[in-house]
Amino acid sequence: MKITNGAVCEPGTAMANKTGGWRTYMPVFDYSLCIRCGICETVCPDMSIFSDVSSADEKGRFLRKVDYDYCKGCGICANECPKGVITMTLEEK
Amino acid sequence: MSERFNLLTPGHSGCAGCCDALAAKYVLMGVGEDVIVVNPTGCLEVMTSPFPNTAWNVPWIHSLFENGGAVASGIEAALKSLGRKGNTKIVGIGGDGSTMDIGIGSLSGAFERGHDILYVCIDNEAYMNTGNQRSSGTPLGASTSTSPPGSVSYGNPTHKKDMTRIMAAHGSPYVATTSIGYANDMIRKVKKAAETVGPTYIHSHAPCPTGWGFDSSKTIEIAKLAVETCLWPLYEMEDGEVTQVRKVKDPKPVEEYLKAQKRFRHLFKMEDGDKEIEKIQKQADRNIEYYGLNK
Repeated sequence: MKITNGAVCEPGTAMANKTGGWRTYMPVFDYSLCIRCGICETVCPDMSIFSDVSSADEKGRFLRKVDYDYCKGCGICANECPKGVITMTLEEK
Repeated sequence: MSERFNLLTPGHSGCAGCCDALAAKYVLMGVGEDVIVVNPTGCLEVMTSPFPNTAWNVPWIHSLFENGGAVASGIEAALKSLGRKGNTKIVGIGGDGSTMDIGIGSLSGAFERGHDILYVCIDNEAYMNTGNQRSSGTPLGASTSTSPPGSVSYGNPTHKKDMTRIMAAHGSPYVATTSIGYANDMIRKVKKAAETVGPTYIHSHAPCPTGWGFDSSKTIEIAKLAVETCLWPLYEMEDGEVTQVRKVKDPKPVEEYLKAQKRFRHLFKMEDGDKEIEKIQKQADRNIEYYGLNK
């Protein structure tokens, strides 16, 4: 590995670390209960929940999806969801 | 998958349910992308920059534990001198160790000299990066690896240092306390602080699932409990005066907050542990009285 002057790193390269492998429980969404508030996206410490732009309703609100490449399965989204949309289920690989 | 862009990317190596990642995310949501981040040593620095990778999509520099304030003020002075300051914000983000203990000297200097910087302390109440040693941010009664409870100890013997008021005493135009449990409040305060000219300070309470001993899904729940029990009052100070306080209707007893964490477990088992809990309740009562939290 070559170390540059000042140990400069290219921005955003941590994306190479697929932290999804850490997960034991995975968040599963039941969209029939979802009110599209977006709290799950705000509270995700791994920026792994994102707006599904194609799902916009008439008011421009989105459904959220999980990027399982990075989700560590902490469960904050399921704990904070006001409508119980998200359940943490044991992941079998 | 749609194209996504985050100022702090996924793939960082923070624990599941990490409070520092959330706090850094909210800080960047508040200040936007025209920013230079100065990050003294701590969990946030270690987990976001495993060489040769970095999780930051904004200019970021790692300083030592003790010179976060000095590096931030140096960047600000250099940009001003080169005539390139513009609207660029210089934001220091440190943990409680680098802010309240080791780095307080250089941070005090930066505030005294009046540099146009924002400094955010992400306070998880101990040195989590090195194995949960106590800091001056550790609250009364908490068990850490250097303040273990036992036959002659109830855990950490001292109260938390009131860092926010220390920074206000420097004559800062804007200081505020906030919590990662209240994302909108935190983003608003960070934005306001970044827009205020002069040295500004935000102190964010941040519960650490690994160090405090609770399930990773409860990070935000515990943060809210600290505010609801009045152990962590949310307020803003402008030019040394408290200008806004977040009211708490029907404060909860502190036991609810303490019971949820392993670091306070001994208080419920030890003889006379209830006397320690009473002392902690007194601190909450004092906050209610002093800041008028329930009025």
